[in-house]
Amino acid sequence: MEIIMSVVIGLLFMAAVYLMLSKSLIRIIIGTGLLSHGAHLLLLTMGGLGGNAPPVVADGVAVSDYADPLPQALILTAIVISFAVTSFFLVVAYRAYQELGTDNMELMKGTEDHE
Amino acid sequence: MSNLLLFPILIPLIVATILMLFPNKIKMQRLIALLGTIATLAASFFLIYKVFNDGIQVVTLGSWPAPFGISMVSDLLSGLLVATASLIVLFVVLYSFPTIGIKREQSYYYPAVLFLMAGVNGAFTTGDIFNLFVFVEVLLMASYMLISHGGERSQLRESIKYLLVNIISSALFVAAVALLYSVTGTLNMADLAVKIPQIENTAILTVIAVLFLVVFGFKAAIFPLYFWLPGSYHAPPMPILALFGALLTKVGVYAIMRTYTLFFTMNIGFTHELLAIIAILTILAGCVGALAYFDVKKIIIYNIIIAVGVILFGVSQMNEAGITGSILYLIHDMMIKAALFFLVGIVAVIFGTSNLRQMGGLIKTYPLLGWTYLVAAFGLAGIPPLSGFPGKLLVVQGGFEGPHFWGSIVILATSLIVLLSAVRIFIYAFWGEPVETRPLKKSAYRAMLIPSIILVAITVFFGVGAELFMPFVSDAAEVMLNPSLYIEAVFKE
Repeated sequence: MEIIMSVVIGLLFMAAVYLMLSKSLIRIIIGTGLLSHGAHLLLLTMGGLGGNAPPVVADGVAVSDYADPLPQALILTAIVISFAVTSFFLVVAYRAYQELGTDNMELMKGTEDHE
Repeated sequence: MSNLLLFPILIPLIVATILMLFPNKIKMQRLIALLGTIATLAASFFLIYKVFNDGIQVVTLGSWPAPFGISMVSDLLSGLLVATASLIVLFVVLYSFPTIGIKREQSYYYPAVLFLMAGVNGAFTTGDIFNLFVFVEVLLMASYMLISHGGERSQLRESIKYLLVNIISSALFVAAVALLYSVTGTLNMADLAVKIPQIENTAILTVIAVLFLVVFGFKAAIFPLYFWLPGSYHAPPMPILALFGALLTKVGVYAIMRTYTLFFTMNIGFTHELLAIIAILTILAGCVGALAYFDVKKIIIYNIIIAVGVILFGVSQMNEAGITGSILYLIHDMMIKAALFFLVGIVAVIFGTSNLRQMGGLIKTYPLLGWTYLVAAFGLAGIPPLSGFPGKLLVVQGGFEGPHFWGSIVILATSLIVLLSAVRIFIYAFWGEPVETRPLKKSAYRAMLIPSIILVAITVFFGVGAELFMPFVSDAAEVMLNPSLYIEAVFKE
């Protein structure tokens, strides 16, 4: 199971890198979304996929049957952080589109001297 | 009070929350922000006193036993850095009053600065690798807000790049934590330091160590990963730039120092050799940039990159002189970068441009500013009585004692380039034919100059009185060289 997950995560990272290297800003933001999905799935996989019972104490469940609760807590934290950052990024991209009139990263270079 | 080490995190957090309630009352905003930073500074000084007398302070939140809860650990290194960061935020707040502008002050400027302070202090204090990630995100989130704050065209353009780079490095941080967790099964730094030496397969740990170097290298702007920094730091206004230049890269540097002395010590032959080579390349890359530009901001920005290289070279040597020197140089560099950005900011305001070619002859009209800048520039280059000297001396000594004597030679040679780049600003802006300047109100000038002069005076004191600070710094270095002290302190609780 871990092997399949690793391959899927690898594909997600690959798609994310491809999208983030493109010119259009919205494709880049989609790429960051895929990148964080990949990172979160990696966290889940690396915690080990053994244990089928949800990590809630219940009667009649052996300790070895519980899924590892720590990666799930870490993922939950990382999800809300990346959610906040993504929403901020989207708003900055929207403002930049309004102000600069382009979403093409090629046209967004230069310094104060040549605006 | 066992919770003392949380105060430098909690005070700015609470003050920032309070400040969000009344954004339009500027006088209240200024007063409360100032009081909050002063209180944080006082708490951090008391913390240093406590750590120096009673040893490493540890709180494991919620009274769980050590590896299961989140440990907050304050040894002298993090204590000193928290105090320096608090000092710099205090001066940035003072410098912001005349420079940042009322519109920005009304749009949650001070809360963002204080949230940044909470994030930085938290990142310096935490003893848990995932908690470090969270605190880094706290300070990054505040920095995203500050870098785009005001919404000028150049700020929007550069904040997109800054955001993207940091999102990528944060995702890599999560991936690196995931890999480390799967190998060791723990996230507590002290517990990692216990578990990592027991693992026989060092190859995978070396890979993770290099991945962490990439992650923190993005934040610290080391050689192949510094490309985002000059453009992004050029965009925001001067007090924000001073805050970023003094604090943000140093969090990355601190994280490398901590991980590479505490637990990634299983394969020093490879990891620390790599760190030394990268540090030297970082210095060279920064020198090229510092000489290439005729823009006062850009010159100082590239000097940040040079300093990161010097500090990391000291760390990579893993001997007493190198580590002591890098801690001294880190503290010096945080203060001198803030002071230089303050002074250069005044120069840029007076001329209305940051282009050196359009400047000249300022020494006749603003002599005090000129001489203060010269002292700061000499301090940056490490002229003996000033603050850059003792740190760099020890880093160079560490290099000669360690395996990388050629690195020390490069550091000595590049000091001349640092001096040249900083003095070039003095020659162009202060000497030569006077050019037309913008009228500047006496009161505004004084309000900008006084915090800068005090900060420069503190750096001079830090250099001249280096003997006074040495006991603290050598204690900090001792903990870094003997991880067992750190581990015992955490597990004693």
